[in-house]
Amino acid sequence: MDWIEVIILLVKILVVAVALLSGFAVMTWFERRLIAGFQVRIGPNRVGPLGLLQPAADGLKLAMKEDLTPSQADRVVFVLAPMVSMTAALVAFSVVPFGPPDFRIFGRLVPLHIAADLSIGFLMLLAVASLGIYGIVLAGWSSGSKYSLLGGLRSSAQMISYELAMGLALVSVLIAAGSVNTLEIASKPALWLAQFPAFVIFFICMIAETNRAPFDLAEAEQELVAGFHTEYASFKFALFYMGEYVNMITFSALAVVLFFGAWHGPFVDRFPLLGVVWFLAKIVVFMFVYVWIRATLPRIRYDRLMSLGWKVLLPASLLWVMITATWVTFVK
Amino acid sequence: MAKNVGGSGSAIKKAINTIRSFSIGLATTFKHLYRPRVTMQYPEEKWVPYPRFRGLHQLRRYHDGLEMCIGCSLCEAACPSDAIFVEPAENPPDDPKSPGERYAKTYTINMLRCIFCGFCVEACPTTAIVMTGEYELANYDREDFIYTKDRLLVASPEDNAPLSPLESV
Repeated sequence: MDWIEVIILLVKILVVAVALLSGFAVMTWFERRLIAGFQVRIGPNRVGPLGLLQPAADGLKLAMKEDLTPSQADRVVFVLAPMVSMTAALVAFSVVPFGPPDFRIFGRLVPLHIAADLSIGFLMLLAVASLGIYGIVLAGWSSGSKYSLLGGLRSSAQMISYELAMGLALVSVLIAAGSVNTLEIASKPALWLAQFPAFVIFFICMIAETNRAPFDLAEAEQELVAGFHTEYASFKFALFYMGEYVNMITFSALAVVLFFGAWHGPFVDRFPLLGVVWFLAKIVVFMFVYVWIRATLPRIRYDRLMSLGWKVLLPASLLWVMITATWVTFVK
Repeated sequence: MAKNVGGSGSAIKKAINTIRSFSIGLATTFKHLYRPRVTMQYPEEKWVPYPRFRGLHQLRRYHDGLEMCIGCSLCEAACPSDAIFVEPAENPPDDPKSPGERYAKTYTINMLRCIFCGFCVEACPTTAIVMTGEYELANYDREDFIYTKDRLLVASPEDNAPLSPLESV
């Protein structure tokens, strides 16, 4: 690889990272305004027009808060845990194609993804997402507090259980699409109808993986103070918060790539950059549904949550994998 | 999993029922997006309290300008939080402040102690003390919460102030 390609890669990485982080900031605003709308109120509207500078104010506040470490905490792990969480959330985006791969600037090929032509694409994404769970376990344990420990255990157990069903739903899509390479899957037609059960299972598991309502018992204020991030103060808490939202964006991106044709849309063949716009639009729809579900559904009790993951979603996804595999082998 | 999720009936019926309830719930919250929001933009829009709202106190005057308060200290006795301090004094003969023999030389209410219960209003025999609808009482210093008589006494009688006993004779 010559140095121009290295520079292009670095610029792409920078752009994606900045986009994800600003996406997180916009997401906090979006969620607060939208939840307020669902609850017949106005959300933040004082800080800047339509409250758009609210994330800036929140960020500033978090940065200026006192950063305390509990005396019983394991110092090193306490600091590392949010970093692990955040890193996994960001790295998982490297195999997501957000635009057509044959985009050219001044005749030079600039594929609109970071490393999506990896032959093990989706496998890597699943692996990195699983690494994010370490962040939560370490946070819960290293805080040296009962609430955090319990919250961390619950949260990680929940995430591990739902990852199984999610992985199997993913597998059936991979079987139907015929590849683990994210680029190849992105170029296939949208599979949300053909693989509808997989989509439903994936969608439910997505919400459970990101610890969002109605699966947010581990971090619900009423249950465990704040679960695994009880003892985290200013910037470390901001990192966890960021990690959660970036995870949401990453999983939505994953769902869009798998089931909704990634960057495909009208007029993309003529304006390749429009592909990025379509991709973002689809992710925004997913974000809207995330917030919509949070505003509507009550929290699921933890034992029922685990029951759902193991006794309903796992068998269902197994069944669907078998059906898909049978169909692909004998019909195709 | 609880057996009664989705109501009674076959598995298909329960599944359809569950999906139905989800959809109705989601539709309900979605409809809220199109309703006018109920938030009041304070301080541009302020809530006007009801007539009997218990806000800041006020010492009233009669139609001819005499103070209604006769310094009997019944309000001080009735106050559950000891917020009121009354120092009565004899009315100077050439410049009576109130009809009768006594008036309140010093009348202080400590708003930080006041619980806005309205017992003082109920206790007052002349309805001299009333509670207005003023609820914006925030301040910066503790001393500014000690409301002395000059802040509580109304400057001139209201339009429909009652006639003093001296007038109706």
